[in-house]
Amino acid sequence: MKNKEKKSGIGGLMRGLVRKQIFIPIAALVILTIFNYIMDPTFFKITLSPNSLGYNVLSGSIITILDNGSELAILAIGMTLVTAASGGQDISVGATIAIAGSVILRILCGGQTSPDTLQAPVIVAFLVACVAGMLAGAFNGALVAYFRIQPMIATLILFTAGRSIGAWINNNTLPVVKDPSFAVYGGFIPGIAVPTPFLITVACIIIITLVLKFTTLGLYTQSVGINEESSRLNGLNPAFIKFLTFVILGLCVAVAALIKVSRISSINYSVIAKDIEMDAILAVALGGNKLSGGKFNMAASIIGAYVIQFLTTTLYALKVDANALPAYKAVVVIALVVLSAPSVTEKISALGKKMKPKAKEVA
Amino acid sequence: MKEKFKNMSDTNLLLTITIVIFFLMYIGAILFLGEGFLKPQAFFNILNSQAALIITSCGLSLVMITGGIDISVGGVVALVSMSCAVLLDYKGGNIAEAILLAIGIGLAFGIVQGFLVAYLDIQPFIVTLAGMFFARGLTTIVHTNPFNVEHAGFIALKDTRIYIPGMGSFNKKGVYIPAYINIGVVVAIVVVIVLFCVLRWSKAGRHFYAVGGNRQSALMLGINVKRTVFASHVMCGLLAGIAGFVYFMYVGSGSPAHASGMEMNAIASSIIGGTLLTGGVGNIIGTLFGVLSLSTIQNIVQSAGLDQAWWTNITIAAMLCLFLVIQSIVMARKKSAE
Repeated sequence: MKNKEKKSGIGGLMRGLVRKQIFIPIAALVILTIFNYIMDPTFFKITLSPNSLGYNVLSGSIITILDNGSELAILAIGMTLVTAASGGQDISVGATIAIAGSVILRILCGGQTSPDTLQAPVIVAFLVACVAGMLAGAFNGALVAYFRIQPMIATLILFTAGRSIGAWINNNTLPVVKDPSFAVYGGFIPGIAVPTPFLITVACIIIITLVLKFTTLGLYTQSVGINEESSRLNGLNPAFIKFLTFVILGLCVAVAALIKVSRISSINYSVIAKDIEMDAILAVALGGNKLSGGKFNMAASIIGAYVIQFLTTTLYALKVDANALPAYKAVVVIALVVLSAPSVTEKISALGKKMKPKAKEVA
Repeated sequence: MKEKFKNMSDTNLLLTITIVIFFLMYIGAILFLGEGFLKPQAFFNILNSQAALIITSCGLSLVMITGGIDISVGGVVALVSMSCAVLLDYKGGNIAEAILLAIGIGLAFGIVQGFLVAYLDIQPFIVTLAGMFFARGLTTIVHTNPFNVEHAGFIALKDTRIYIPGMGSFNKKGVYIPAYINIGVVVAIVVVIVLFCVLRWSKAGRHFYAVGGNRQSALMLGINVKRTVFASHVMCGLLAGIAGFVYFMYVGSGSPAHASGMEMNAIASSIIGGTLLTGGVGNIIGTLFGVLSLSTIQNIVQSAGLDQAWWTNITIAAMLCLFLVIQSIVMARKKSAE
């Protein structure tokens, strides 16, 4: 591999690097797939069978992963941008999902515990939740961009308070939406066999692809992440760009909250989207993006998110207790950051260089 | 007066703000919420319940002075109390072994995290976030369900009260109740005094400030920066282990849900106590007052009738936010004044 890259010059090297970044999540995906296939040969089986409402829907392990990984994939989009621009991560996403989800239920139920009909159209509830999510993002963003507080400390505030604020919005009751039309967003649209969360994720991915292709957002976030001072000298407003990425993440949080809340038509403040911040950071890291900011690869992050979901499902299949999952994931995170740490990569490349002259001698 | 204010070092300025705020808050509590706060025992109860937090916050301040952060402390405390509980009740261990186990767990976390942060140059937040999840996950693996420890020797230790002469109060029936503190408080006070002396007068202690203040100049002065950062994490881990045992002595049980959010409280205490996130500025006495302020405000919130659980979290977060912003503004003004 290495020799080939060297031969084809700088262009080839660049292409090799791009290939390398998306290579990590795909390699992880392949390993997990093979492992799962050995564990359970029926793993790839996808069946079309009627669900409880009598519609034909797709089911199977792969579909479950695509379905359950939706929230994570959507969050990974925003988290990638935040990481690229600010060089830090937002650890409040799980807690802000609790806030946005609580807002949705509050509006749909109009303050009652379990009304028989929807008190407001779902779209209104969703839009208000978007505003709530963006406000939370704006709060984090303002602390990071204008008060120059490290992102993880700034978001620690909402990380602690978020779930409590969520409980406070609904006065600590657990509202239940009885209307089946709300369950569509976390389940299936009648007549369509593909899970709705997956469709929403695809829509989000298309939107972000278009935004990155036709606007300068991607370029600007990367330049701010690589060198804030020189971006400022080139006429960018680094503070505003950082702020903007946090607001975009807030929007992603609201979409994820809609799916999360719709899945159970209710909410549990202390459990909803628990530890998802860890998964989202892991997805970005697994996508080969530098956690200290700078260049990013959106596709790799999104694939990374599905790999994490794959890993979670696999660990569940191995009968690992849900509360013990973080321990395993933490090991994966540490392994990844150690491998991508500058001093370690230097040592590895130094080792490679040592090997090369030897190889020449042999040749 | 103004001249004096200007000439104050950052450490003393932030420390003064903290101590003034604490006394204002405590006096306010006495004035508005009645005599409950006037009894010496009210103050000692704060100490009793927050001894573990004082110890963790001291360790965290040390890391923050060198410019790092450690958010795994809450997880380590939970892991230590669960492991000690299992050791005492199911594995037939004695108290000395439990203390050794607590220190061992703390040191292990400190050494691994310190190595990753100092020698491999990985962001401390990522390393210790992983550490936090690892510790929490491991707590569940050690034992899933919460349970109370029934080891006789341990219960005797847990219920040991050290009475303080002349500080008691009379209850409604007129019976004199002497004020007391737990063993944990003594440990916490020892930790605070030792760390204060080390940071103020020892060469190694001054190195922490030098590294946090400016890494490059510290290097030029011939300070071993990597070793200093490593040492701060090891100390923080060790103190988290000790705090874990003190916490365990206070609650007397093991549970995966123990010490949830403790890392947040510890960070908030350090920041309220005048430790700067950017490093180089901080004081252990300030941290002590940070913890006291934090728990006084919790007590005020509860006495004011807002005893739903969510208010505590929201007030802590609001306080942290306030102090972060104050710090940010104070430092920005100082910089522009220079």
